[in-house]
Formats: sequence, structure tokens, C-alpha cells
Amino acid sequence: MARYLLRRIVLLLITLLITSVVIFALTQLLPGDVARLILGREAQPQALEDLRLELGLNDPIPMQYVNWLSGFVTGDWGTSFTSGNPPIRPLVLERVGNSLLLAFYALAISIPLAIFLGVLAGLNENKWIDNVISVVSLSVVGLPEFVTGLVLINVFALGLGWFPASATAPADATFGEMLSQLTLPAITATFVLLAYVVRMTRAGMIDELKKPYVRTVTLKGLPRRQVIVKHVLRNALLPTITVIAISFGWLIGGLIVIENVFSYPGLGRLLTAAVERKDIPLLQASVMVIVFFFALANLIADLLYALLNPRIRLE
Amino acid sequence: MNDQPIIEAVDLCIDYRLNKRWLNAIQSVSLTINPLEIHGLVGESGSGKSTLALALMRYLAPNARIPQGRILFEGEDLIPKTTAEMREIWGSQINLVPQDALASLNPAYRIGEQIAEITRLHKGLSKPEAWDRAVEMLRRVRIADPEAVARRHPHQLSGGMQQRVTIAMALSTQPRLLILDEPTTSLDVTTEAVILDLFRDLIRDNEAAALYVSHDLGVVAQLCDRVTVMYGGEVMASTPVIEMYQRPLHPYTISLLASLPRPTEGAETRLPTIDGVAPSLAERPHGCVFAPRCPVALDKCFDEKPPLEHIRDSAGTSRLIKCHRWREIDDGTLAIATTPVQAEASAPPGQHYVLKARDLDITFEKPKLWDRITRKQKKAVHAVDDVSLSIRARSTLGLVGESGSGKTSLARIIVGLYTADDGEIELLDLPLSLDLHERSREALSELQMVFQNPNDALNPYRTVGNALARTINRLVTTDMSQAAIQRRVYELLNLVRLTPQYATRYPAELSGGEKQRVAIARAFAANPALVIADEPTSALDVSVQSVILNLLKDLRAQEGASYLFISHNLSAVSYLADWIIVMYLGHIVEEGTQEQVYNVPSHPYTEALLSAIPNPDPTVEQGEIRLDGEVPSARRIPSGCRFHTRCPRKIGAICEDETPPWRDAGDEHFIRCHIPIEELIALQQTKPDAQPQPVAQAED
Repeated sequence: MARYLLRRIVLLLITLLITSVVIFALTQLLPGDVARLILGREAQPQALEDLRLELGLNDPIPMQYVNWLSGFVTGDWGTSFTSGNPPIRPLVLERVGNSLLLAFYALAISIPLAIFLGVLAGLNENKWIDNVISVVSLSVVGLPEFVTGLVLINVFALGLGWFPASATAPADATFGEMLSQLTLPAITATFVLLAYVVRMTRAGMIDELKKPYVRTVTLKGLPRRQVIVKHVLRNALLPTITVIAISFGWLIGGLIVIENVFSYPGLGRLLTAAVERKDIPLLQASVMVIVFFFALANLIADLLYALLNPRIRLE
Repeated sequence: MNDQPIIEAVDLCIDYRLNKRWLNAIQSVSLTINPLEIHGLVGESGSGKSTLALALMRYLAPNARIPQGRILFEGEDLIPKTTAEMREIWGSQINLVPQDALASLNPAYRIGEQIAEITRLHKGLSKPEAWDRAVEMLRRVRIADPEAVARRHPHQLSGGMQQRVTIAMALSTQPRLLILDEPTTSLDVTTEAVILDLFRDLIRDNEAAALYVSHDLGVVAQLCDRVTVMYGGEVMASTPVIEMYQRPLHPYTISLLASLPRPTEGAETRLPTIDGVAPSLAERPHGCVFAPRCPVALDKCFDEKPPLEHIRDSAGTSRLIKCHRWREIDDGTLAIATTPVQAEASAPPGQHYVLKARDLDITFEKPKLWDRITRKQKKAVHAVDDVSLSIRARSTLGLVGESGSGKTSLARIIVGLYTADDGEIELLDLPLSLDLHERSREALSELQMVFQNPNDALNPYRTVGNALARTINRLVTTDMSQAAIQRRVYELLNLVRLTPQYATRYPAELSGGEKQRVAIARAFAANPALVIADEPTSALDVSVQSVILNLLKDLRAQEGASYLFISHNLSAVSYLADWIIVMYLGHIVEEGTQEQVYNVPSHPYTEALLSAIPNPDPTVEQGEIRLDGEVPSARRIPSGCRFHTRCPRKIGAICEDETPPWRDAGDEHFIRCHIPIEELIALQQTKPDAQPQPVAQAED
């Protein structure tokens, strides 16, 4: 197991290294002169040249990459190009915190619900309850997030007034207030996630229920509930874990639409802002952070999978 | 003890719902199992034997129902019981030993936990008590080091060990009735023999009754007291085991017994076969279910279903039988031909060789870069080690050994699916490249293969005709017109006794035997010199097996091909093979003609293989030699003689240290053993000493 863990961590580092190359190469391809971008159209040639020297833009590109990467690894993430040139790290880390909060909240709602529905559907394969669950979860995933988001705002925020419409919390908000503000965006994200997890769980249940060991434990005289919970679920949920990990990656970096609809300061919005303003250091840093969490979630999922599956753990 | 049967099925019917119709799967079956009886339930696939066995536990598929009948368990009808009430009986009074042990154990839990679960539930044992009891049960099924095995997970055990675990689990609550559903079918013959001995002892010790479901008449003969034969969802006959083999009264039983290949038969005979295929669920005949395939069916048999009669035959034996003509068979006025008939005269094997292979060698899982970086001492799998063989024209070379002996790897090297690391092959006196891609089209067409499982060997989206035409197109070197190819397709179908209509059918529309015939037709598409048949009958039913074996024999005579026939079934090999080689852990340990190998002297390994064959005659005792354990891993090949770790005739340190020499037993019969030939003869003509049993009975 220790060997397995070590191998996975080495693979994680290699993944991050490769993405860093890709990200850096892509930002190099973006049109426009960075110095001019910062100083504006009317800048003097001398000033531009000085800035290029200062930023190291005249160095060979591999050199620039090494400088950028070593800075990133040692915690020097550079400064943003936007007015005031704020340092990037605190900016990104704050957004990471916001995104993580929303992601965990959305998972806390969607995972138990999806697993429950998936198990229910799997146990009643092709019966009406299974069909209802499949149709509802699939039609919900088909709706665009801005539609569900706006509908939820109209009904629960503007209409019933249960939750605030904006997710931006004031600085002195309590944890409870923050959760209340995050409820509608979390539900919107749940709508998107639900169908995948439900279908994986359902398929896992159906596969496992057909296996001969289920008959063995039934004919041991075990009550149905124990057969399902102790024996079948334990194996049926293994493929679901991987789907959840991928969903987590999406929740961290991919909630661009939801964050905009609810004007929530997450990583997704930061990323769109960076692209719009051609703020390359900010773009590089946020993408790296997103990739890191994505890879980390997959690592955790793999470890969990191995832990629950003796056939991998004991190889 | 009273005389009340343990379980009794009375006039039991089971229906399945398929395509919104209820179809009758089990028709008015009656079955009685008395205390201490081991009752065999025999039938081919689709006969309903497993459905019936599980129905006796009142366990049905979700789409099944019991429209009529009673199941009396110690006098109490199980059918009206609720599932909750059945849970009191399941696992405590009637226990199942399932067929596929690995799939029947939960992969996520330790062996000990899975056994402990059942005693915690039914005996109210605490966790530690139940664990100790599980270890104790593992010891009773003669697993060495039961404490360690209890902590393992199912996938870490060998097939034989997994099967021992399932029986340990089933016995741990001392049930009144054990249902054993083909528990040895997936095991090697040597392992099967050990497990059967174990079953016999444990069932007797447990003072339980047992229902043993099997398609193998040999196993049933050696284990059971009474046998019920099923066909097409109905009981055909139920008889004490000796009478069933010595004086079968039902035409189906008679034909089934006759179609078994036996080790003693000569090469010039054909097996009696049962023509046709078993009826599917939807098309059960109106009259007797067996009538369409019965050699002595009358018009009456097609019109009127015979009743299941409880009779006393002329010798006074009490039997159940379902046949209009049993009286004639009983008094001898009706005889059913059961002796093998003379085969078409075939030309004797030629003097020249079709194939010569020298020093073939293959190793799998060589250490990779990662292992070298981490300096991991990873052992490679040496699957075929220095093997030479030659096959004469118009002859069959049989290749036998347990799983893990390297026989399939060897076949794949010859046919080019694996590229050997080393060695030479000559096909029809021309050198043949070891690499498939360097072989010419002529060479490919001369060398064809028939696989074990015909379901996997045919593309489900191609018609039979299409599949054959493609092969002809690929392999025949001369240009052929479309019409000529079509003609050849029909010729090939005719060759394997299929009508031209089969050309337009898809594999899913064929039975297992028909699919295997198509696979054989494909192998013969380009007049091959050598056909490699890898266990071609082991996925088929007994009555179909004999048809395929006869077909292979006929084709050898008609087409002049040679075979490399690979099988773990020594009876099937003996039916076809002229020469035999025996493999163990990648080495050949014995080679000779069929008579030489099957008779004294033979290598101790061959001797053990022969001894393990369950004889389909209950009066002939099975051989007494048993091999402990399984074939060692090819990663850790034992030093000296590879067989020394399991050899019942090991003579001492020399076996562990030195590679045994090839000894010549005369007439090109070679044995690789440290024991001189004369001594082997002397040893094998007398009965060997009692076999060592790993652990004595520890309980009660």
C-alpha cells in the first residue's frame, strides 16, 4: 500500500509538471505584448524596454518558464497586471477558500441524495420508481445552470425570500449566514451533478446484484437490509467514487456560470476575469491551482478505491 | 433416526416469465432425499437441474413462480412460507455450496469474516467465538495454516482453496441438507479428486443429506448413493447409483452413458451419440421431451407424455422412471446399441512429419524498467521451457496437463499468437518463423486453431456463411470467384454435418455444439495440414462432446489433417490421440504412444492424473493417488525435478537437487524421472501406500 501511495504521488507530481508546461506554452501563444499591455498604448519605447527587462521578457522562453515555475513553487506567484498590481497569491488563495466552501457544500447535498436515489433505482430496476428517478435526474441535468439558477433565485429568493439572491457574504457574516447564502448555488450545482452520480450508483447496484455472492449471502439467511448495506453497497459504490472525484474538480474550477449568476467570488470568476484582462500571471496561477485540486481529488479517489477494494490494495 | 425423508419434492412445477409469457421450466418433478443420502442430480445444460436444486431451498429467480407442487422439508411444506421464515432455514438447516466459488464469495471481506457471519447469525456466537469457529472449520476442510487463510481475501486463494472455503462455510452450522451445485466443475481433475474425497468424508461426518448437482456422470458415480436424471425440465429416471450404471432403463440414460469417451477404447471406433439438441424452454415437445432424440421412440412417444412411474424392476430395485418402453428394456426385448461402432477406415499415420518444434521457450512478465529502477526482484513466468515435439501426418498428438502446465501457451506459440523467445519450428519440412507477422499466407493456411469457447471465437455480428467466406478469402491463395467461394462455404458446412441453411444464421441462433462445428469448419477452410484444438469439447455438454469428437475423427480420415489436441480430459484425449505428451510446469515429463502413456510404467505425474479421473462406473474404484495442492506458480519453479513438491513417489534429496534424466522405456516412450524404469514398473504394478492426508479430523 505504501508503494502504491508513493507511486500515485509521483504520478501526481508528473501530471502537475506537464500541465505547467502546457499552461505556460498556451499563455505564450496569446497575442499582444505584455509590456504594452501593462503600460498602455502611449508608452515610450524606452519604458517598454525597461519593463521587458524587469519582467524578464527578453530571456529565452525556456528560461522564462524555469523562472516562472521556480517562483510558483517557492510561493512567489508574481503580481497581477491590474491596477495597483496586487500580489496574486493572497488573491487566489482567498478565492480557493470560497470555492472549496461551495464545493463541499454542494457535495454534502448532492452525494447522499444521489447515492440514495441511485440505490433506490438500482434495487427497482426497470420498475416505475427507477424510471421516475432516471427521467427526473436526466431532465434536471439537461437544464442549463443559468436557467436553474435564475429560476431558483426567482422562486426562493425573490418570491419566498428564504435565501438571499446574492452569494457574496459581507465580511462579518457568520458561518450560518454563509451557508444560507450558498444554498441556492449549491442546489444549482447539485442539479448538474445528480444525474451522473445517480446513474453510476444505479449501474453499480445492478451489476453487483447480479453477482453470485449476493445469492450466497441471501442463502446464508442474512436479512435483506444487511445483504444490501453490508455486502452489495460496499462493492457497488466503488465506481461512484471516481465520478465524485471528477465532480469535485469541476466544482472547484468549473462553476463559472453559477458563480456569475449568484455573483459569488470563486475561482471560476477569477479565471474569467483574468482571461478578459489578459492578466497572464493571474491566469497561470489560477489554472495551476485548479489543476492541482483536480489531481488531488483524483488521487484521493484512487486511494479510497484501493482501500475499499482488496484486489488492488493487496496486489 | 426416523425414516422420514429430509426433503421431498412432490409434483413440483416451476414457470419462468419470458417475453410476457409464462413458460414451463420444471414439469411435475418428484424427488426424495433420505437421511444420510448423497443424491446426485444429473442433466445437461438447460435440463433445469440447477433451477430445481435452488427451488428445493425455495429460492427462485425474480421472474419465476411455482404454480403447483409441494416441497416438504422434514415433513413441512416450504412453499407457503414467507421469505422471512425461509431465512431461519437458509444458512442453518439447508445450505448451498455454490458452483463458482470465487464469484460466490464477496471480494471485499476476509474469508474468516464471511464464514463467521453465518454462525453469528444462526448460532448467536460473538465475534471472536465465530472467528475461532471459522478457523476451526477451515482446519476441518484440511486447509493448512487456517489462521492465515482466514485473514486472506477470496482472490488471494487458489480455485481449490476457494471451493474448500465455501464448503467450510456451508458446514459451519451443521445443516440437515447440503445443496452442492456443480462445486467441482471449474477445477482441475487432480484438485477435483481431492475435493470429492473431502466432500464424501465431511458429508458423512456431518450426518447430513446432500443433493449433488452435476453434469459429470463420473463424479456422480463415485460420490452418490442415488441418482436422478433430468432432461428438458423433467425427471427421466431416479435409481440407486449402481443400478443406474449397470442396468439403466431409460433410453436417455443409456445413450448418455454410452457417449462417454473411456480411457480404454481403441482408436478405430466411433462413440455412440445422441443426435439433435435439447429442446429450448419455448419449444418443449408435446409428448415425451426426449422423443425427438430418442433412438427407440414410437409414435406414441410423440403424442403422449409418459407418466413418472414409481416401479420395481425385474431385479426388485425400486426406481422412478418416465418412459413408455421401460418394460421392454427391463425384460431385454428392446436393446439400444451402446457399443462404439467401427470408424471409417483411415489411413495410418504417415512416416513424415507435419510439424517439428525444437527447444521452444517463452517467458512472460519479464522485469520492466520500473522494476529495474526500484531493484525489485520480480520473477518472470517461465511458461514453456525447452519443449520439443513432432507430429506425424494424419496423426493426433494429445497434450495433457493441469491448468498452469503451459499447454495453452505451447499451442499459442506454434500457431503464432505468442512469439517464442527461442526455438525452431518446421512446418512440412520448411522453417517457420516464430513471429506471426513473418509467416507466409501458405503457412498460415496450413496451421489452424479451434478454441475452447466457441461463443468467444465467432463474431456475433457476422453470419456463419459470411465468417466462412471471409476465412476462405483470406487464406486460399488462388483467386476464387464469388460463386466458387459460396460453393466452398456449402462444402465446409456439409463437412461438419450442417445443412446449407446455416450459412445465413448468426452465432446467437446456434447451440454450443453447432457453434463449435462452425469453428471447426472455419479451421478446415483452407485444407490445413495441422489443426490445433485447445480443449474443443470442455465447454460442451456430454452428449454434444461425443458428436464433436466423432466429427474430429472423421475429418482426420477424410481431409488427411493432423491434430494437436489439448485437453485436461484424459478420456477425450485417449479417444483421439495416437501419441501423447504430458506437461508439467512448462516441461514435458512423459511422451509416448497412447497405450504407452496410459499403461505402466508412467511418470508419477501421469499416474496421478489417471488416478484422479472419476470413473463413470461406481463399481470401479477411483485410483487412490491424490496430489496435494495445486501446480506451483511458474514464477517459482521448484528446483531439481519440478514435480518433487507434489510427487507421491519422491525418492529423496536427489529429486530436489537434480534435474531428472530422460529415461527410455522402449519404443520411443520417454519418462523424465529419477526412478529407473524397472523400479517404476515394480512400484506401479502394486498398489501404492495409503496417501498422506494433511490434517486428521480434529473435531468430535
